[in-house]
Amino acid sequence: MTTREKGTVMDAIQIKRALMRISHEILERNGGAEKLVIIGIRARGDSLAGRIKNYIKNIESIDIPLGVLDITLYRDDFTSINSKPIVGKTEIPFDVTGRIVILIDDVLYTGRTIRSALDAIIDFGRPKEIQLAVLLDRGHRELPIRPDYVGKNVPTSENEHIEVKVEEVDGEDRVILREVKDDD
Amino acid sequence: MMINGKDLLGIEELSKKEIEVILKTADSMKEISERKIKKVPYLRGKTVVNLFFESSTRTLASFALAEKRLSADSFNLSSSSSSVLKGETLLDTVRNLEAMKIDFVVIRHPMPGAPHFVAKRIKASVINAGDGTHEHPTQALLDLMSLKQKLGTIAGKKVIIIGDILHSRVARSNIWGLKKMGAEVSVCGPPTLIPYKMEDMGIKVFYNLNEALADKDVIYVLRIQKERQEGGLLPSLREYIKIYGITPERLKNAKKDVVIMHPGPINRGIELDPRIADGKHSIILNQVTNGVAVRMAILYLLSGGEGDEDSK
Repeated sequence: MTTREKGTVMDAIQIKRALMRISHEILERNGGAEKLVIIGIRARGDSLAGRIKNYIKNIESIDIPLGVLDITLYRDDFTSINSKPIVGKTEIPFDVTGRIVILIDDVLYTGRTIRSALDAIIDFGRPKEIQLAVLLDRGHRELPIRPDYVGKNVPTSENEHIEVKVEEVDGEDRVILREVKDDD
Repeated sequence: MMINGKDLLGIEELSKKEIEVILKTADSMKEISERKIKKVPYLRGKTVVNLFFESSTRTLASFALAEKRLSADSFNLSSSSSSVLKGETLLDTVRNLEAMKIDFVVIRHPMPGAPHFVAKRIKASVINAGDGTHEHPTQALLDLMSLKQKLGTIAGKKVIIIGDILHSRVARSNIWGLKKMGAEVSVCGPPTLIPYKMEDMGIKVFYNLNEALADKDVIYVLRIQKERQEGGLLPSLREYIKIYGITPERLKNAKKDVVIMHPGPINRGIELDPRIADGKHSIILNQVTNGVAVRMAILYLLSGGEGDEDSK
């Protein structure tokens, strides 16, 4: 299987603008940052979560608690993957009970990752509310899950792939649309 | 490679890379035991049998907790309460368990190689929880994890293992593991309890404890296994304590920040003075905590692994 780059969906500036807008929307919808906590999904969602935390700090001068979630142990497809993903650390150093959790991921696709993340968060306590923010929504949901905040809607076909690169992990900020081809 | 394989039988078969993956996974697993709800759904619907033909507290409890924290269904079978007493063979026992559709067998057995024998003949994953005097891989892995946490790195550290090396599966697995991770390993004990030709493995042998302790970063104290001392290899326990017991006086010859480890159960006042076992150098209870995380990591990494073509 090979992939071919079809173009840049978002560049660094567009990513920054989208995340800043989402930060404002989070504050507007929740009337401030009082009860908020942010949880990013490994890997990439946690980087975006860190940035949204910083934007909100710049806007409201409030430090929102930041957590990182690894959902590997909550997946529903583990028997079908041959090589095991490395389990990353989950770090949620605060009580989520009674808080509004802003859950952050890079791409929303089938919704299965988010389903796993919801299960995981509820194991940590009983949040008042969970809201979902994603940088990209590419459609093709398989579960009844919808985002509350979206950076960009990107209609895709199922033989396309969205690759998100973030400075913290990949050394650059860029979202790339790829076409997946079977070699045979 | 074990990561994609079905069994964990020994450290000898593992590569450095595989050990690193296991330790990294265990490091992530540790957090689960610190949650209010100490459970993740990963092994839901999988069945694990802990088949113990020798007594155990730590290893059995640790495996049982690891299984439960990953949501597996598990139960324990011991030789004293099973049909082994009626003369059923090991192979018949595991084949019958397999007929009830189990996914993992954790096995402790007095015969070296028993887990390997079983692993070749059943489809379920086999984890060696100690086979006679041969290997105890999960113990060595939790020891490596504890050392890495304490010292930051294992490579280049000087580790000495003290006691009955000859009968110790813990020593054997740790020597493999420590050497693969780049530590400098030496041993010290009564000459009758040191295996022949240790030096050929690149391991320094000491018979004088004071000399042995001088520059070591880690002192790994083994339990004197009274159950394996039938041959008269030790003149007396009293003599052992006098010459090889680790006491506060003895530690005056060691580095100030030396780390003390022991696999448990401790014979207090024999191989290890209680003041050292409970003192500031000891990481013995950290070892126990890490044991659960390491066993969770092994269960995770082996789950869904493909059996060999020739296993029936």
